Order: sequence, then C-alpha cells, then structure tokens
Amino acid sequence: MSFFTSSEILLSDKLLELLFIVMGLIVIYTGIKNLSDKTNPNRVGTAFFWVVLGVVLAFGRWIPAQVNGILVLLMTVPAIAKRVNKGESRLPTKAYMQKMSDKLGLKVFIPAFAIGIFAIIFALFTNLGALVGVGVGVLVAIMSLMLLSRDNKPMTFLNDSAEMLGTVGPLSMLPMLLASLGAVFTSAGVGEVISSGVKQVIPEGNVVIGIIVYAIGMVLFTMIMGNAFAAITVMTVGIGGPFVLAYGANPALVGMLALTCGYCGTLLTPMAANFNIVPVAMLEMKNKYGVIKNQVFVALFMLVFQIVYMIIFR
Amino acid sequence: MQDILTLLGVLIVIVGFALKLDAILIITISLIVTALVGGLGIDGMLEVLGTSFVNNRGMTIFILIMLATGTLERNGLKESAATFIQRFKNVSASVIIGIYGVFRMIMAAFNVSFGGVAGFVRPIIFPMTVGTLESKGLEPNPEYEEELKGMSSAMENICWFFGQVLFIGGPGGLLVQSTLKSLGYDVSLGTLAFYEIPVAIVALVVACGYFIWKDKQLMKKFYGKTKKEAK
Repeated sequence: MSFFTSSEILLSDKLLELLFIVMGLIVIYTGIKNLSDKTNPNRVGTAFFWVVLGVVLAFGRWIPAQVNGILVLLMTVPAIAKRVNKGESRLPTKAYMQKMSDKLGLKVFIPAFAIGIFAIIFALFTNLGALVGVGVGVLVAIMSLMLLSRDNKPMTFLNDSAEMLGTVGPLSMLPMLLASLGAVFTSAGVGEVISSGVKQVIPEGNVVIGIIVYAIGMVLFTMIMGNAFAAITVMTVGIGGPFVLAYGANPALVGMLALTCGYCGTLLTPMAANFNIVPVAMLEMKNKYGVIKNQVFVALFMLVFQIVYMIIFR
Repeated sequence: MQDILTLLGVLIVIVGFALKLDAILIITISLIVTALVGGLGIDGMLEVLGTSFVNNRGMTIFILIMLATGTLERNGLKESAATFIQRFKNVSASVIIGIYGVFRMIMAAFNVSFGGVAGFVRPIIFPMTVGTLESKGLEPNPEYEEELKGMSSAMENICWFFGQVLFIGGPGGLLVQSTLKSLGYDVSLGTLAFYEIPVAIVALVVACGYFIWKDKQLMKKFYGKTKKEAK
C-alpha cells in the first residue's frame, strides 16, 4: 500500500501498476473459472497455469525476483505437458452477432477505435504513458459498449475476456518468455560472442555496413526461427548495439525498423507456419508455398526500402 | 571455447524451432542451458528471469485489451466489417484485395483484428474475389482461384505485420523498447510507432500495386479473349 501512497513514485507508475493488478485479476479469474468448468479436460493444470501467471502479473512487483523466477518456471510445466486447455466454448451464436451487427452497424467501430485513439492521445499529450492510455481506452470502450446495448453487463466483459484468453492459451506468455530469454542471453554474454564474430566482417565505425548486416541478419535469423521476436534481442545486443547504435545512430528508428526487417523474414519462411502454412491448409490450396510466393516481392522490396530509410535518417 | 558454448542456447532455439517442438519447451530449455553454461548459476538465472518477466509485464497489455475485444466480437464487429467491405462490389478481384488491405491496415493500427485467414479471408474476402468473376460472366478457373487465395492471404499478413507496429503499446514496440533499455537507450512507444508510419504506407502501396499488376497479367493469361467484353 505504501507504494500507492508514496509521493516519490510517479503517478504514471502507480496507474500502470494498477493496470497490472487488474490484468492479473482477470487472469486469476480465468484460472478459477476453468477450475470449476467440468467441460475442461485439464482443470487443475489449466487453473494452476493461469493463477500463477495472474499472481506474477498482479503482485510481481512485491515478490522477490528469484521467487518470480521460480513461479515462471513452474507455470511452464503444465504448458509444456499440454495440461492447459479450455472447456466448451460459450461464444454467442452467429445469429446473435448478426442481430447485433444489424442493430449497431458501423457504430461498433467507435469502441473499437477508442483504445488506439486514447493510446495516441496519452502518448502525445500526457506524461502518463501510452499503456495508461490503452487502459483508459479500454474503459471508454467498455462504457460505450454498455451504452450501445443493455446486454453488455460487467460480467459479460469478464467472461468474454476469459474465453479469449483460454483460446490463446499458454502462448499468451510467449512474448514475455522470449523477452526473458533475451535478458538471459545478454547476461550470459551471447551478444558479445556474436559481436566478436561479426567484428571480423564489419569494418569498425562503418555504420552503413553495420545497418545492412543488422537488417539482413534480422531477416535470416527470423527465417530460421520463424519469429522476429526471438531474433530482435540477440541481433540488437550482438550487432545493432555495438556496430550501429554505438556510433550515434537513432536508437528508436534503427531498433524499431530492425524488427520490421525481421517481419520481411517472417513473410518469407515456412517456419512462420501460423501465417504462411496454416492458411494454405485453411484455403485448401494446392501449392504449399502459395502464400509465401505472393509475399516474396513485397518482402524484398520492403527490406531494401527499410535499409535505405535507416541509412538516410539514422 | 567458453565463448562458443554460450551460443549453445541459440543453437537449441534454432534446432528446436526447425524440429517444430513446443515453443515454450524450446525457450525454457535454451534459457536454462544458456544461464548454466554462461556462468549465471541457478540463483542468477532465477534472478534474471524473474526480474525480466516482471519488467516486461507491459507486453501482456493485450489481456486488458481483451476485456473489450471479446465483447466487441459479441456485438457483431466482424459482421459489420463484412457489411462494410461488401459495399465494394463492381470492381476487379485485386481491387477487392487492395480495399481489404487498406481497411485491414487501418484496423491493425488500432489493434482491431477480425480473426485472420480463418475468420475473414476464407469466409468473406476470397468468396468476394470469386464473385467479381461471376458478376462479369466469367468461369472461375482453378489456377486463377489458387492465385486469388495466395494474394488474399499475403495481403492479410502484410497489412497485419506492418499495420500492427503502428499501434502504440503493441507487443513489437514494447519488445524493442525493453531491448533498447537493456542497452541503455530510453525511447518512448510513441516515437517507435511514429518511425513506422512511412514503412506501413509504403508496404500497403507496394502490396496493392503489385497485386493489381499481377491480377492484370493473370486476367490476360486466363481470360485474355473475354477481357474486353468483361470490361
């Protein structure tokens, strides 16, 4: 409690922590709901996963780091053992959604846009930060949905989000796990090893060649791993930092574009199965690479464009 | 030798993903192996993992967003989007794909999704592109349909990837922010999204232009003779 009453802590940090508590409680609710859901084949594993994740989200700040580390490792256990599932779906019927669409029409886009708009407003005009803006936007979206239809009661939102979270499942923690893997790579010195290897290729102080190697490295590493998120930390610590940013390049521009250079790799690789292979099956296409084939030109064009953009505006 | 060993974790990730093992399993093993061969020890590993996980909680902001998105779908978001797209009927297939791309990218910038290929392309966009043929009295050609499927899915991916980075507070920006922070550079989420604006616009224009050009070539190839009367 002293955290929230202290005058030394910024309001933005307090509000952000409040958002994490709300998010943690949603996740804990998802766990408890699954525990009592008789249609879920793995009630205990599912509940354990969500409740532990919820505790780390809501109260992680006040838990010692090593205990958080143990909790994170513990929650990967039911996830790896495939013991995190969901029960029968309680989605509304197609007819209900069509009825609501006929009633609301394009008005439904007002709450949909609210979240993004408030994120922009808060990022540009306040010191509270974009994430607090997202939180306010969600609140506005909820209130406007309640005004648009009486069917939208507070429990509707909670149950719908628990339903969606159950659909995403354990993969919901993947981005944070990848970020943590990046942190471990950094502490263990993986970046330095890559740097010392790359040093033999890039002439010292040549930022242009540094940018090109960084961008192409992102594409290749992403193509191998199928995921730009897994590549960005290693590549930024190993190549972006020492060979580009260390010489005064704009970190926001180069760092962010490196990620979208990685996305060019995602467009080119069957390893990104969710985007490039699953649709082939879903659309019953004959050519396994029919989606990738249509992305090659755009991906290569965007890679060249982004390299030029980084070199000019670095 | 010690140096090379620290790359063992990277190797595990590459091999693991190549063998299509469970992603969480691969990452957890790589994390433990790297920490141990990199000299962090068990305590050091737990410390880094716990600290990093808690510092990166911002990446789960989507959980809060789900509080609204689930109910948005309940209130007919996808159906309304379909009604909107279906206003554009009397155009060529690639123009439908292009209009979908524009719409999709704007929505992605506001972090609104319609369920990707399964949720939107298969039930709505692909049938609409085939419908443009029928409305011109042309027989659907299976090879041409295959290309339409490929182009629609490609447009979906391109717009989602390059559009989502415009959403301030999206996972990509948050990951870049935390990576840069570990190197000592503090950047704001708004700035990160700002630099992506030209990238997103160019991606959209190039994709639309390319698919419209490609569609013209395909029309010539498959329907060459009937093209004039079709117009």
